[in-house]
Parts: sequence; structure tokens; C-alpha cells
Amino acid sequence: MTQIIDRRINGKHKSAVNRQRFLRRFRQQIKKAVSDAIDSRSITEVDQGEKINIPSKDTHEPVFGHGPGGRRDAVHPGNREFVSGDRIARPPNSGGGGGSEASDQGEGEDEFAFQLSREEFLEFFFEDLELPDLVKTQLTKITNFKSVRAGYSTTGVPSNIDIVRSLTGALARRIALRAPYSVELKEAQTELFALQNTGEHTTRIEELEEEIRRLEDKIATIPFVDTFDLRYRNRIQKPTPTTQAVMFCLMDVSGSMDEARKEMAKRFFILLYMFLTKTYENIQVVFIRHHTTAKEVNEEDFFYSRETGGTVVSSALELMLKIIKERFPTNDWNIYAAQASDGDNWDGDSPNCSALLNNSIMPLLQYFAYIEIMPHNHQSLWRHYESVKTQHRNFDMQSIDSNNEIYPVFRKLFARKPA
Amino acid sequence: MNITENIISDTSDWSSDLIQRYDAEISRIAADYGLDTYPNQIEIINSEQMMDAYSSVGMPLGYHHWSFGKQFLETEQRYRRGQMGLAYEIVINSNPCISYLMEENSMPMQALVIAHACYGHNSFFKNNYLFQTWTNADAIIDYLLFAKKYVSDCEQQHGIEEVEAVLDSCHALMNYGVDRYKHPPGLSAQEESGRQKEREEYLQTQVNHLWSTIPVKENADDTPEETRFPTEPEENLLYFVEKNAPLMEPWKRELVRIVRKIAQYFYPQRQTQVMNEGWATFWHYTILNTLYDEGFVTDGFMMEFLQSHTNVIAQPAFDSPYYSGINPYTLGFNMFKDLRRVCENPSDEDRSWFPDIAGNDWQKTLDFAMRNFKDESFIRQFLSPRLIRELRLFSVLDDDEQDELEISAIHDESGYRHIRAALAKQYDLSMREPNIQIYNVDLRGDRSLTLRHIPQARRPLNRDTNEVIRHLSRLWGFPVHIETINETGAENITASGY
Repeated sequence: MTQIIDRRINGKHKSAVNRQRFLRRFRQQIKKAVSDAIDSRSITEVDQGEKINIPSKDTHEPVFGHGPGGRRDAVHPGNREFVSGDRIARPPNSGGGGGSEASDQGEGEDEFAFQLSREEFLEFFFEDLELPDLVKTQLTKITNFKSVRAGYSTTGVPSNIDIVRSLTGALARRIALRAPYSVELKEAQTELFALQNTGEHTTRIEELEEEIRRLEDKIATIPFVDTFDLRYRNRIQKPTPTTQAVMFCLMDVSGSMDEARKEMAKRFFILLYMFLTKTYENIQVVFIRHHTTAKEVNEEDFFYSRETGGTVVSSALELMLKIIKERFPTNDWNIYAAQASDGDNWDGDSPNCSALLNNSIMPLLQYFAYIEIMPHNHQSLWRHYESVKTQHRNFDMQSIDSNNEIYPVFRKLFARKPA
Repeated sequence: MNITENIISDTSDWSSDLIQRYDAEISRIAADYGLDTYPNQIEIINSEQMMDAYSSVGMPLGYHHWSFGKQFLETEQRYRRGQMGLAYEIVINSNPCISYLMEENSMPMQALVIAHACYGHNSFFKNNYLFQTWTNADAIIDYLLFAKKYVSDCEQQHGIEEVEAVLDSCHALMNYGVDRYKHPPGLSAQEESGRQKEREEYLQTQVNHLWSTIPVKENADDTPEETRFPTEPEENLLYFVEKNAPLMEPWKRELVRIVRKIAQYFYPQRQTQVMNEGWATFWHYTILNTLYDEGFVTDGFMMEFLQSHTNVIAQPAFDSPYYSGINPYTLGFNMFKDLRRVCENPSDEDRSWFPDIAGNDWQKTLDFAMRNFKDESFIRQFLSPRLIRELRLFSVLDDDEQDELEISAIHDESGYRHIRAALAKQYDLSMREPNIQIYNVDLRGDRSLTLRHIPQARRPLNRDTNEVIRHLSRLWGFPVHIETINETGAENITASGY
């Protein structure tokens, strides 16, 4: 009568739809939480899930019910010392009492907490940046595989047939199968030739002619190409070869770079970092900040400590060059640099910058990306960098004033380069 | 005779075969005790599926809604952090009766769950009068399937947001979408979907009829108050909205109806928590002990079983940090156990309190109690002085007109009746939920809907009221007011919304 069903195999992630509905409904709150999380995370940790808190008043589902107040007689278990008629002080947090309105307000603002998976987290992160879908998948994918040739196989799809291989095989097979007949044919032909030379007309000649026809037919019926001969080019998925890269983050921290600009810069650095993680197995990040002098710092100081003063960009470039020479020989390292600035530079310094880049730095780099977070009002640095751009294909610059303008810089970076 | 020959298994691993053999023995014992059940369908699931089942409030297939996702995330988060274990089992009131068993359970746990759910809850679902009156175990799965499909069709046609908004509003009023006094006709899924089209068209024509009272003869001073609509107050708010909301589109009416039907299906469960859990716990306890007496299970099995049984019926005292109200398992289990004692081994006290029952056949008495009561009436009828003493129950009066709390009764001669009545009231749905009914529709004016709240013991409405009223007016399509009738009979508007 009883039926036992094992349901474990099917019905996984039945609640996935409901979960998506939830994320969709609280999009705004989650987005804010994700954005806060990105600001507080280290660049290299962006690629993870996150615990998200949203105010539970937003997720609350209202229903009619009794509020505190009125007259209630409640039964509890475990009496020890009470006798009827005892009077006890009202516990402070019971919420009862005449002034119920006031005590209501005191209730804590609980948070509804849940875990956002890595994929979901990245989706919210990418949303701001308006990445094309293809790029998103590339970034979300954990490992990259490249399909490489791996010999031949006897099965496959027609488009992968290797014609030369197949026909070589066919030829070999035809020779092999023909061999016994060829021997007999040759014997018959020699005998016939000998008989014909003697000039006699015997029945043997007809027999031999018959025999030769039969053998020739046999040989003709051996198929030119058999399915057996077909060879297909075989491909296997191989993880792409990984190497190491270093990424230099350069940022102007003079007084004019405010928090909003730094956050935008941070997103830019994160994105570059993520692109690089897809290409290189081992990545080091070097943070250099500068005002009139440059300093190598850790990430915390890079984004959060404040300084004021003038701006000399070349100081940072010089420091970078020094570090490259000391620690990152170009035959071992792929070197990327990203610079964020508001475009301020001491006027006399800009020519130094372009000279440094043109002569010393650019030849060492894979790529240099410069973003100026100051849309329309370019100063001398921009103009000098433009001249660098004309000389070096691996130099790119962009001015942005919102998050969604960050991506185009990367389009160029990862555009397929002619071999 | 060597008694160990009977033993079914002596390890904690379970297998499908073993479950079958335990089930066969448990089924035999249950039948001996006269338990009448639906056929069983046992489904083995993993913890994630259990969380799924949790978050869809025990519906084996529910329509999609964000609130279920919220519940899933909440459960998942707490489970991952180890703040809660998952229930060992979930059981669906359907025919065949579906019970979910978790794969993590050991064999003794599976046996416990089978006895508890497949025979305890199952027989309760089949025989309790509330379930017989309000639910249709044969049709529920089909109906849920119909509902799921209908909702997803609506989403395709009208967009997820629209559907979600209507469902939000319906969920806010779900507890006020049940009939309490009349029997709804049970329909099979085929009939249901067949009639649905017809209903749509018909309803739409009926709606406008409602407003046709306006141009009738103007008997100027003929008792204008008499024209109240509805003429009698209506307590089923969703029903009223479904039938009478003036401008509601037909598909929205159907959504209201679906939520209402599901609320009605769960209505008995909300009123029989103590009895239902108590009954199931009493039977797993009795059946597994019988299994042990007959030599089918080992001592180790019993130790494990008793340990989880004890956890289930643990009742922390009111001043313990773990206290969160009375544990329905404890109360229900002890009441049924006590009822058996009153029958089998009555004291003089029992004879004076329960003259009809003391000394009767215990199986018949328990069966009668299970069939004909709900929590409130069950406690009022069967809570014995002895159990009040054992649980050391006491009642606390919290009156906002007094500065201090008062202990109104304890477990003594003068307090038994008071405690019994107070505890019964605590499980009375009509006391737990505010009494709110539809009082009037302003037919001649702005079509606004007026609700009346009649407070019990001066208890006010909670802070959600305004928001719920806004949900109701979203469904109704016109303003909604709620007025509270205080003790002197005066009306004052508590909240309005549009």
C-alpha cells in the first residue's frame, strides 16, 4: 500500500525561480549593498560571493494583528514561586502598557541577511558597468579552455574530415585488398601473353581472358573510399597556457580627487584586474599613488588615505619604471598599467611625462590605460598623452564621468590583435 | 523463542528495503490500534529539497512568488549557520498522503518519522472534523497544479510585476480569506478549470449590477441607512473582493480566488496545531514502544528514538532563555497521554472532573477526541488538573490600565478552571486574530469600502494596519477605511488608504 519514491535525483534548485523573484524585487537594496561591498573589498577579492543585508522593514509582509496594549491573560509553564494575586513589575521590553505607541518605535531595525552567490554578486557588479553579455560570460567563467588539435580519430563530424589522411588510408586499404587478385592477374596475364606469342588458338586463351576479366572486376569493386578509411581531425579542450602579469595602479591623490572619483577609479582597476585574472594565472598588483611625490603603498592606503598638495605625474611614472627594473624583468612578466587622474598636472611636468612614456616605459609594457575622471575640461596632461597615443598602439586613454563609460576602454584592450 | 529473531535491522543506515519492512510492521501495529489512514506515499529528499518544501509552506507545488524565495533564503541562511536543524519530516494533507523523509536521517529516525507522519498525522488529516469539512485531500494536488499553471499564464500575459502586486495584496489578507461557517462545494480540478471561464464572464456581468441600485425611485426620506451593502457584515474579505470589487479584471479575481482557496486549505491546520502534533507524537511514541515490546527493534534503536523524542517534547520554563511559548508537541503529547491515563487508571480527582471518560476504553476515547475537537475546544474539554500541575502552568494578566502584571491563577484548586479557560482562549483563532469585517460600501458616493474592527479586551490593531488597508484598496480599486468600535460604541476611523 505504501509507495516509496526517491526524489533526491530530481527537483534540485526548485526554489531557484523564487530566489530570482526575491532578488529582482529587492534589486535596489541589493545593488546598494553590492556597491557598498565593492567599496569595502580589496580588488583581488572581488571575485567572491557576499553576505547581503537589507533592512527587514522592506521585506516585511504586513498582516492584520493585535498590537500591544489592551488586556491579555497569558498562560506560561514552569511556575516556581508565584501564587495567585502576586503583582510583578512590567518587564521593560514587553511592549505593553498605556503608552504603547512610544514603545513601538523603539523596536530595533532588524536586517534581513542572506548570502549572494559569486555569480549573482558579479551580475550586480557588472550591471553598473553595462558590459556586453559575451564579456560577462567570459569574466564569470572560472577557467578558460582552448581547443587544440590532438591527432586523428575515427569518429567525428563531417566538417572535421581530414581529406589527405582519409585518402591515404583508402589508398593503403585498396592496395592491400587488391594484392591477392593482382598476383593472380599478373600470372594470368603472363601466361596469356606467352600463349598468344606461340600463336596457338587453344581454349586456354579464352579461359585466361575470362579469368582476367573476372579479376579485373574484382579489383574494380574494391571501394575507392570506405567509411572505414575516414579520419577526423581530433580536438581536445586544453586549459590556456597561463603566465604571470603585474598590474600597476597609478592614482593621483591630490586634494581634487574626491571620494566619488576614487570609487570610480576603483571600479576601473577592479575590471582591469578581473580581465587579467582570466588571462594570467599569477597576478601581482602594485599600487602607486602620487601628488608631488610618488609612493608605493598597500591597497588600503591607496584608496582611503587622503593627502593634499600639487600634482607631479612624472614622479609616479618614474617610480613605476624603477620598480619594473628592480622587480619585474620583462622576459618573465607581462606588465599592465592603469592610471586614474582628474587631469591635474603641474604644467611644466607634462612634457616630462610624455617623454618618459615614449622613451622608457611604453616599450616595456603590454598596455597602458589612462582614464581621466573629468569629462570636458582637458588640461596639458591630456594633450601630451594624446601625442603618446599616436606613437604607441598599446596606449589607450579615455575620459569618463560615470561608471558605464569605463567599459569601452577595455573593448580596445581585449580586441583581437592581428597576429 | 529467541526474541532477537524479529529484529529488522541493527545499524543506523537505512535503505529502501528496510524502510519498506519497518513501514509494514508500523502499518500493522497502527491498524491494530485502529488508526484509519489514507494510503501513504513516502518521498526521500535531501536537505535542499527540504528547505524548498519549508519555504513553500508545505505545498508540494506552489506558484512562484518572491516571498517564498525570501523564506528559502532565510531558512538556508539559518541552516548554514547551524542556528537550526531542519524538521525531520513534512507531511501533506492529500490522498495519498505524501510524507517527505530527509536522507540525512538515521534508520531509527526514519522509523520515527514514518510512525509520526504516515500514521499519526495521516489519520488526523483523514478523520478530524475540521479537515473533513474544509479540505479535500483528493483534489488538492490537482488544484495546486491548476493554480501554478494559472499564475504562470497570467505572468506571461500580464507581466510578473502586475501578478506579483495582486498576490502581495492577497497574501496580506490571506488570514481573512477563509469561510468559517459554511461548507464550500468541493470541485475537482477539471471542473474547476472548466468553470473558470464561465465564472469570469458571469462575474463581470454581475459586478455592474451591484451599482444599479442607484437610479431606483427616490423615496426621499425613506430610511437612508437601510441601504447598507452588504446587508450583513462579511468576514471573508477576499471572498467579498473577488465577488464584488467593481473594476477588477477577471484574471485578478481568479488570483484572489486561488489565494483564498489555499488559505481555506490551511485553515484547519492553523486551528489544530496542538492536537495534530500531539496526536502524531503520541502515536509514534506508542507504536515504536510496541515495536520494541514485540522485539522488532534493538535497545540502541530505542535509545536513539527516545533521545529525539525527548528533544521534540522539551518544554523550557517561562524564565529560561530558550523559552518561546508553549511547545505544541509537549502540550498535545501530554494531553493525549494523560487522557489515556484517565481512561486506564483514573484517580478520584479524574472521576470528578471527567465522569464520562474515567475508566472508559482508551482507544475509543482518544479516537473520539481526535475526530471531534480543535485546539481550543480540546483544551477546554480535556486539560486535566494533574497535567496543569505537572507543567506548572500559571497565567499572567497584562492589563494596560494597571501598572503591574498580575498572576491571575496558578496550578491550585482555585486556579485550574481559570488556567484551562485562558489556555483554550489562547488557541482560539477568533481571539488570536483581530475581529475585522466588511461593514459597508458607499454605493452612492465614492464607492469606498468600510471595515469594522471590534476589539477584544480593548486590544488595538498592530502597526501593519495601514499597509494592509492599502493592499486591500489596491484590490478593491477605491478607498478603504477601517473603523474601530470602542467600548462605548463610538466609531473612530483607525486608518484609511487608497
